[in-house]
Amino acid sequence: MKLFRAAAIAFLLVVCLAGLLANVVAPASCARQFREQPDAPPSHAHWLGTDDLGRDRFSRLLYGTRVSLFLAPAAAALAGVLAALIGGVAGLAGGWIESCLMAATDLFLSMPWLFLLVTVRALLPLDVSPWASVTITFALLGCLGWAAAARVVCADVRTLWSSDALLLGHASGSSGLHLLRWHIVPRLKPVLWAQFWISIPVFILSEANLSILGLGVAEPLPSWGSLLSELESFPVFTTQPWQLAPLFLLVATVSCFHLALQNQESWA
Amino acid sequence: MGTLSLGPDPRPMISLLKFAARILVILTLGGFLGATLVRLAPGYGVDQEELDFRLSSSSIQFLRQADSPNVSLFTFYARYMLGLLHGNLGYSRNLQEPVRQLLAERLPETLKSVTLALVLGWMAGLSLAMAAALARNGLLSAAASLLASIMLCIPAAVLALLFVDAQLPGRLVLALIVFPKIFQYARSLLNRSVALPHVLLAHARGAGGLRILLCHALPVAGPQLLALAGVSVSMAFAAAIPVEALCDLPGIGQLAWQAALGRDLVVLVNLTMIVTLVTVLANSAAELASRASRGGET
Repeated sequence: MKLFRAAAIAFLLVVCLAGLLANVVAPASCARQFREQPDAPPSHAHWLGTDDLGRDRFSRLLYGTRVSLFLAPAAAALAGVLAALIGGVAGLAGGWIESCLMAATDLFLSMPWLFLLVTVRALLPLDVSPWASVTITFALLGCLGWAAAARVVCADVRTLWSSDALLLGHASGSSGLHLLRWHIVPRLKPVLWAQFWISIPVFILSEANLSILGLGVAEPLPSWGSLLSELESFPVFTTQPWQLAPLFLLVATVSCFHLALQNQESWA
Repeated sequence: MGTLSLGPDPRPMISLLKFAARILVILTLGGFLGATLVRLAPGYGVDQEELDFRLSSSSIQFLRQADSPNVSLFTFYARYMLGLLHGNLGYSRNLQEPVRQLLAERLPETLKSVTLALVLGWMAGLSLAMAAALARNGLLSAAASLLASIMLCIPAAVLALLFVDAQLPGRLVLALIVFPKIFQYARSLLNRSVALPHVLLAHARGAGGLRILLCHALPVAGPQLLALAGVSVSMAFAAAIPVEALCDLPGIGQLAWQAALGRDLVVLVNLTMIVTLVTVLANSAAELASRASRGGET
C-alpha cells in the first residue's frame, strides 16, 4: 500500500510540475491556432493532435492542468479559512452565536450545492474575461464548500475549549487569545489540513461538471473541465483515443489524490 | 404500588414539533438565501441580447430595466411568500409557463429517477459492502473498491455523456453516482462492526458469516447507515442537474439548468426551496429513524 501511495504522490508531483512549467514544456501557446491543421491526428509537431480550431491539444492540456490543479487548492484554502472562522467562532462563542452559525451551516448542508452553484454561476455577466470566469468559478466553489468542515471545526473547538488542559490554562491565568494561539489553533491544524486536501479532488470534479454544462471556465482559457466539454461534440467511444487524454489525466489525478489521502480521510 | 399516570408522554411530540419548526425555518431561509444570491449576483438582469453590438447604450439600458424590474430583494421575496401562501408559485419568464405547472410536469420525472437511483445504488453498494465484509479473500473487496474508486473519480457529466453515446438509459447514471459512496461508507462501517469484541466472540463460538453480519454487524451499523440514507438523497438530487441536462431527461435538474441559463429568478427560487425541502425532510426522517433504532427519543 505504501508503494501505491508513493507512486500516487510521485504522479501528482509530475503532473503539478508539468502544469507549473506549461509555458516551458508546451510546444505552443494554449490559444495559438494552426489554421492549416484543424482536427489533425497526433504527430511530432502536435503530440495529441489539434482541436477543431487548430489549437495544439497537448499544449492546452498542460495549460488546463495549471488552471485546474492550482486553482482547486486555492478554492480549498478559501473553504478551509471560512470553515475555520465560522466553526471556530461558533465553538468559542457558544450560546446563541453558535446556534445561529450552526443553523447557517445546516442550511448550506441541506442544499444540494450544485443547484446553488449553477444558479449563481449562471447569473454572472455574460462578457466576463476568461481569467475572471475561472477566478469566479473557483471562488464560488470555495465560498460554498465550507459547511461540512465548519461543523467538524466547531465540534473540535468546543471539545478543546472544555478540555482539562485548557481549564488548567484558564485557572493559571492564561488569556483567551494566548490559549487560542498556542493550544487550540495547533490542534486544529490536522483537521483543517485534512479538509483542505479532501476538498481538492471534489473541487476539480465540480469544475469539470460546471464546465461541461457551459457554466465554468470560458474559452479560450483551457481547464480540464472545458477540455472535457469537447466530448459533447464527438462520440466518446471514438476511433481517436487521444481526444480522451484530458479524461484519463483527470481520472488518474483524482484517483491519485484519493490514494494519497487515505490517512487524511480518517482525520476528517 | 401503582404508578401515577400522567397521560401520554409529550416528549416525542415536542421533538416532532421541533423538527417541523426547524424544517420551516431552514426552508424559509433557504428560499431567501437563493433569492439573495440570485438577486445580488452581478449578472442579474443581464440578457444575451446585450451582446448584440448593434444596440446603443440607451437600448441596453432599456433592456436592463425591462429584465430587472425595480423591486428590492425584500419586496420580491415578500410578494413571493404571499403568493406561495395562496398556492401561486409565480410565472416562468423563460419558459412562458406557470411555475406550478412546470413543477407538476417535471418533479415526478426527477423523483422517479432519484428513487430508481437510490434503490439501485443502495442495493449494489450495500450488497457489495456486505459481500466484501464477509469474504475471506481480498479479491472481491479489491475489485469492488476499484470499481467504486473509478466511479468516484469520473465527473457525473462525463458519465452522462458516456451513457448518451452508448444509448443507455440516463437514469442509471444517477445510480452509478450514488453507488460508490454507499459502498465505501457501508463497507467501512461493517468492517468496524465486524471487529467489535462481541462479534469476534460470536465468530469464535462458530456463528456463520451471514448470521454474524445480519444479527450482529448490521444492527450496530444501522443508525449510521440510516443517516447515510438521508445524505444520499441530497447526493442524487445534486447529480440530477448534469445528468438530466445532458441525457435530455425532462426533470427539475434540467429545469434548473435551463432556468440558470435563462436567468429565471422565480423558477430558481422555487427549485431551491423544493430541493431544500426534500433534502431536509429526507435528513430529518433519517435522523428520526436513526434515533428510533438506537432506542432513544423519537
